Amino acid sequence: MSATPKADSRPLSPHLQIWRFHATMAASITHRLTGVGLYGGTLLIAAWLVALASGPDAYNAVEAVAFSIPGQILLFLWAFAVLFHFANGIRHLVWDGPGVGFDPKVASQVSIFNFAFALLGAAALMTAAILS
Amino acid sequence: MANSKFVTPTKITRGLGASKTGTSAHIRQRVSALALIVLVPWFLFSVMKAALGGYSDALAWAGSPLNATLLILTAGAAFYHMRLGMQVVIEDYIGKPGTRAALQILNTFFAAALFVVVAMAVLRIWTGG
Repeated sequence: MSATPKADSRPLSPHLQIWRFHATMAASITHRLTGVGLYGGTLLIAAWLVALASGPDAYNAVEAVAFSIPGQILLFLWAFAVLFHFANGIRHLVWDGPGVGFDPKVASQVSIFNFAFALLGAAALMTAAILS
Repeated sequence: MANSKFVTPTKITRGLGASKTGTSAHIRQRVSALALIVLVPWFLFSVMKAALGGYSDALAWAGSPLNATLLILTAGAAFYHMRLGMQVVIEDYIGKPGTRAALQILNTFFAAALFVVVAMAVLRIWTGG
């Protein structure tokens, strides 16, 4: 190997266009997407806590953004991401630990369940927040 | 990259060797996930409840010793977990060694800086400063 290779000669992971659409592939990609989304989402939580520590003026400014329509959409997406990554993450732990759930039919069903859980859960949380 | 059709992808990869450090990252990712199974539901429900009550409710909530402790624990586990996860994403998609190394360093700095910011904010609320 040369001292400054342009690219590592190890192959990269296959990209999106490699896969034919099916539930397990969608769940796998969504797990990664929501993980990356939550990485950015920590900035929102940090902003909320820093505003809370800074005083009522800063807090009210953050609250106004969070309760605006774009803010609510962002919170819904965040809730979906948390719930999906949570449910699908438990599935990963079950895969790694007990080692069950690899059967294609079961894996597809769990994938669909995780999407439904995250979507309905996020909708329920947002509804509860708006109604209270 | 070899372009002969007789050279399989396995042949290209073989001999390059593993990093030999993957197992610990794999285990750490899962141990932090176990902690988050407990911490995330607590975080989700109690933050929602606290945030809906406005400034004074949120301040009282975050200022209690138990909530402050759990907040810092959640931030620690979450930022550790996401740093490891982002490391895998970078390794999967960024081939250029320089860019890859730069992003890995940024990833570590981002997680560490964010943890300090959150921990300082919680401590400031807790001590009433």
